[in-house]
Amino acid sequence: METREPREPLTGAGGLSVLDVVVSFGGIRALEGVSVEVSPGEVLGVIGPNGAGKTTLFNVICGFVRPQSGTLSWGGKPLTGVHPARLASLGIARTLQGVGLFGGLTVLENVMVGAQRFRRARLPLAMLGLPWSDADERRLRDRALVALGRLGCEDVVDRLPGTLPYAVQKRVALARALACEPELLMLDEPAGGLDARELSELGDLIGSVGSSVAVMLVDHHMDFVVSVCDRLVVLDFGRVIADGDPSTVRQDPRVLEAYLGREAVQDDALRSGGAEDAHA
Amino acid sequence: MTKFIDLTLNGISTGAIYAAVALALVLIWRSTRIVNFAQGAMLMITTFIASAVINSSGSYVLGFVVALASGLVLGAIVERVAVRPVENAPPLNAVIMTLGLYTLLVAVAGMIWGNTPRSFPAAFSLRGYRVGATNLLFTPNDTFTVLVVIAVAVALAVLFRGTSLGLRMRAAAFAPEVARLLGVRVGRMLTVGWALAAACGAMAGVLVAPSVFLGPNSFDPILIIGFVAAVLGGLDSPPGAVIGGVVLGLALSYVSGYEGSALVPLAALVILVIVLMIRPTGLFSATKERRV
Repeated sequence: METREPREPLTGAGGLSVLDVVVSFGGIRALEGVSVEVSPGEVLGVIGPNGAGKTTLFNVICGFVRPQSGTLSWGGKPLTGVHPARLASLGIARTLQGVGLFGGLTVLENVMVGAQRFRRARLPLAMLGLPWSDADERRLRDRALVALGRLGCEDVVDRLPGTLPYAVQKRVALARALACEPELLMLDEPAGGLDARELSELGDLIGSVGSSVAVMLVDHHMDFVVSVCDRLVVLDFGRVIADGDPSTVRQDPRVLEAYLGREAVQDDALRSGGAEDAHA
Repeated sequence: MTKFIDLTLNGISTGAIYAAVALALVLIWRSTRIVNFAQGAMLMITTFIASAVINSSGSYVLGFVVALASGLVLGAIVERVAVRPVENAPPLNAVIMTLGLYTLLVAVAGMIWGNTPRSFPAAFSLRGYRVGATNLLFTPNDTFTVLVVIAVAVALAVLFRGTSLGLRMRAAAFAPEVARLLGVRVGRMLTVGWALAAACGAMAGVLVAPSVFLGPNSFDPILIIGFVAAVLGGLDSPPGAVIGGVVLGLALSYVSGYEGSALVPLAALVILVIVLMIRPTGLFSATKERRV
């Protein structure tokens, strides 16, 4: 175990704070003392080469992976050991790599599952099919329709996801995450497979989620990440190697080295914008 | 012609029971990807409980309700105690677990109630309807059976298609991890799925008991035929299970009437083999294919 001074979280009551998190799978250290903070209204990009620990970091926050040490807090309350099924009720929503939609459920049903946070009826009542559960159904449907409308998906509510173009499926997945009206929105590779126009739409959308929502996104598409994010955190081999505003971070020698390798960095003599090709 | 009508009517009423058993198997397969070989033993236990209630209270309705309630409880207990530990284990573990549970329940029933089959009361008369001079092979009790199964199938359809609980159950069945991330208590959905399935099986047990008698092994043939019906319907689709049950009921009724009842088990297995050879996903499978 490393010994280091525990840092004070930067954020106060609001926001997410990840402090000195260590995760290892067998002998491999996936995260080695990673600390990250996101405040409400901020868009944080987490970037890094493949295998740097980006998705592991997301999985730790979501409770899929339990860290060996370190602490997580959300809105000033500890988040370590919280069951994934409770996240939505805490206002944390996450999209998955690819689309992660339920193939056998319609678009509307998919998004209604995302709105479960607003369900009121308890299980025994729901099983008896009592009127409360009916009202619940309507409430979820309304919420889902609002979220779908916000993303311009009103026309496809009754379709199965598999019959829609990929970009539309990605929008539905985002609608599903937004349907729980999250305070923390975690996007895992939101730009994957989108063309330039769709990317700019996605960028506008992320910019419009509101000043009370913290956004945390992982992506390889450097231009997109730089244009959308307020701040970047760069991971390499499970460590944070840079943390700051996008224009500074993309010039950081350590970042260029992590992305391009030492030789290439020397050869290219830190040619500006060199990291853009890193996702290829 | 009268014989054909008789066999058709008989096929529909036995088909309704196969449909109920198939529904019980399909509900569990959908939610946990387990073929519940213990289903026959579970519905045997609940039918014995119903028999005890009917004998002591004299009320068939009370016995029926207690059978459904004890089915719900038994299903939930089995899921929590026996299924949970094998959930993320290799599929063979679950198969062995359900076979073990079958053996256990049959042995326990034999110890409590004895191995001699006993009679079980029917809800309504077992005397066929009279049309003109002939008695049809369709009784008021058959009418009751068909109506109850239809009611349960419709109720399940409403639950799955029209309520938020059903939506969560379907989401949990399609992609448990994703559902969990969206706030669905997947474990609880599995418990509800097993409870509903066992209640459905309990209903089938009470409906079929008057014709097969009640003993620890009485329901084994029904379970095998119910399994064939479930596969026929795609193993994944509740409407498929109902249609599969009725189609199989009709087919086996014709075989029994025209060729002899000794051929019924053979015919059921022949149909199973043919379906698996020609359309392994079943006739009405909701999902086109599922690759693991």
